[in-house]
Amino acid sequence: MSETINRYYPGRRRRNIVTTGLAYVATAIGLGWLVIILAVLLWEGFSGLSVAVFTEMTPPPGSDGGLLNPIIGSLIMTALGVLFGTPIGILAGTYMAEYGRHGRLANIVRFINDILLSAPSIVIGLIVYEIVVYPMGHFSAWAGAIALGIIVIPVVVRTTEDMLLLVPNPLREAASALGLPRAYVVRHVCYRAASAGMITGVLLAVARISGETAPLLFTALNNQFWSTDLNSPMASLPVVIFQFALSPYKDWQALAWTGALIITLAVLALSITARALTASGKRS
Amino acid sequence: MTDTAIRAEAPPNVAAASSREAILRRMRGSDAIFHFVTRLAAITVLVVLGGGIAALVFGAWPAMQTFGFGFLTSGSWNPVTEQFGAVAPMYGTIVTAVIAMVVAVPISLMIALFLTDLCPMWLRRPIGIAIELLAGIPSIIYGIWGLFVFAPFLQTTLQPALIDLFGNVPVLSNLFAGPPYGIGVLTAGLILAIMVLPLVTSISRDVFDTVPPVLKEAAYGVGCTTWEVFRYVVLPYTRVGVVGGFMLGLGRALGETMAVTFVIGNAHRISASVLAPGTTISATIANEFTEAVGDLYTSSLILLALILFVITFIVLAISRWLLSRVERRIG
Repeated sequence: MSETINRYYPGRRRRNIVTTGLAYVATAIGLGWLVIILAVLLWEGFSGLSVAVFTEMTPPPGSDGGLLNPIIGSLIMTALGVLFGTPIGILAGTYMAEYGRHGRLANIVRFINDILLSAPSIVIGLIVYEIVVYPMGHFSAWAGAIALGIIVIPVVVRTTEDMLLLVPNPLREAASALGLPRAYVVRHVCYRAASAGMITGVLLAVARISGETAPLLFTALNNQFWSTDLNSPMASLPVVIFQFALSPYKDWQALAWTGALIITLAVLALSITARALTASGKRS
Repeated sequence: MTDTAIRAEAPPNVAAASSREAILRRMRGSDAIFHFVTRLAAITVLVVLGGGIAALVFGAWPAMQTFGFGFLTSGSWNPVTEQFGAVAPMYGTIVTAVIAMVVAVPISLMIALFLTDLCPMWLRRPIGIAIELLAGIPSIIYGIWGLFVFAPFLQTTLQPALIDLFGNVPVLSNLFAGPPYGIGVLTAGLILAIMVLPLVTSISRDVFDTVPPVLKEAAYGVGCTTWEVFRYVVLPYTRVGVVGGFMLGLGRALGETMAVTFVIGNAHRISASVLAPGTTISATIANEFTEAVGDLYTSSLILLALILFVITFIVLAISRWLLSRVERRIG
């Protein structure tokens, strides 16, 4: 008996050491990769960061300039996208958590919504091109905002539903026992209890769309100049990064890195805020 | 409106009874309206999907009529003669996604093993949060990094090494043939691997956490090593969830646009070598759509998008189905 153990034990031990060692290595590789990417981004991005980036327009190749018009364009379209997507997302999430629950419609919507959550964003861009840009006859910031709004919807639906389901049922029952109608209970009791989580969902959606490039390529297109006209093409940071990074001009490439840094910092700030919100919500 | 109605005290007379009736009616009305509006919003989600598919089919119709099923089997992509076929982009899409999954999944599983079983408690949360934050970084960042840093790096290190190593091996020499361009199918696949790594890792970790501690403790109790517990208890128990996470990562890799477009080289040809430039469906659309002239060209690109949508829809649907089975077991 003990001989058998002695015979097998060293091999099992070795295998264990090797494989757990591999787990350590894998973690080091995974995190190392991502650290390298961030380090390069900080290095390249900060060297181009200056006041001019935030005050001047995108330059023609060979001259100085900044990223003011794409930054403003991104802000406008992101804000509009959130304005389109959030109400629909919150209402749909409310339906699934408060009314539909495990009904047929809610189950189908939940399934479809989860698929839309990771649907290729370039396809969404093309869909909006077909529905909005093509009939209008020209690219526009509206189309870009609609494409972003479509991406916002599934994110908000998902978090709203999840957060409303966390609201304890006794709260609803107590409110209903006072004779309050269902809609009142939902709006004034459940929404209030779930507000931190729902805001988190919106913030995550903003983080998601602020870096989206593919859906803007065929909707808002790009614009070399200052424009706040929602009916005309509008510049956005991701599209400008795409165009500038692939150009042969050194100063355009430098601006692309700076733009990439700005987007990444914004996205990280949003995700961390969202995380802090849910954490404080859980504690209280 | 309802707010003030509820706070108002009802005076005790007949008039009050009727006003009470009115308030109740109004409440019932607003209740019904709210229910209806939320239901409408939920249906909107379905309409977005349905309308989207309809719009794609409508846009792709001319190409479908012209090429029929030949679109799926033709390898030519010639805007001048207006001959289009989906084989080259589909091939590139699948090959890059396969490379990405082959590289990313083992690493992700090992990281998840580290996070659930080996990592000291105080490090678990920071590493977990770091991985989730990195999953949120926009894909264009990976693209620009791939173009300026990763591709030149591969061009001088990994690619010449692969060419030298497999240059004289019969089959593999074709797989790793050609000059090291830096950009190409392999580079795109590796960038995708780095991109889906955080996603697959965090799902795997979540599924591994669903294993009841009793099972693992029992296995440790009979003398299993950490690896044996992972291999013979954790993995079999979480099989379904791991495959679900794998499919979700695959769906992401298949549809990813920006990270790939930067580094794949956009060449419409099928090459046996993974070092050669290629293209994917999403990269083709991103590169050519705004410059496409002629209805047939545009329509062919939309048909490509429809194909991509159908493929990712199927993959993601399978993923959701598998993951929901895991969720049901917990719930």
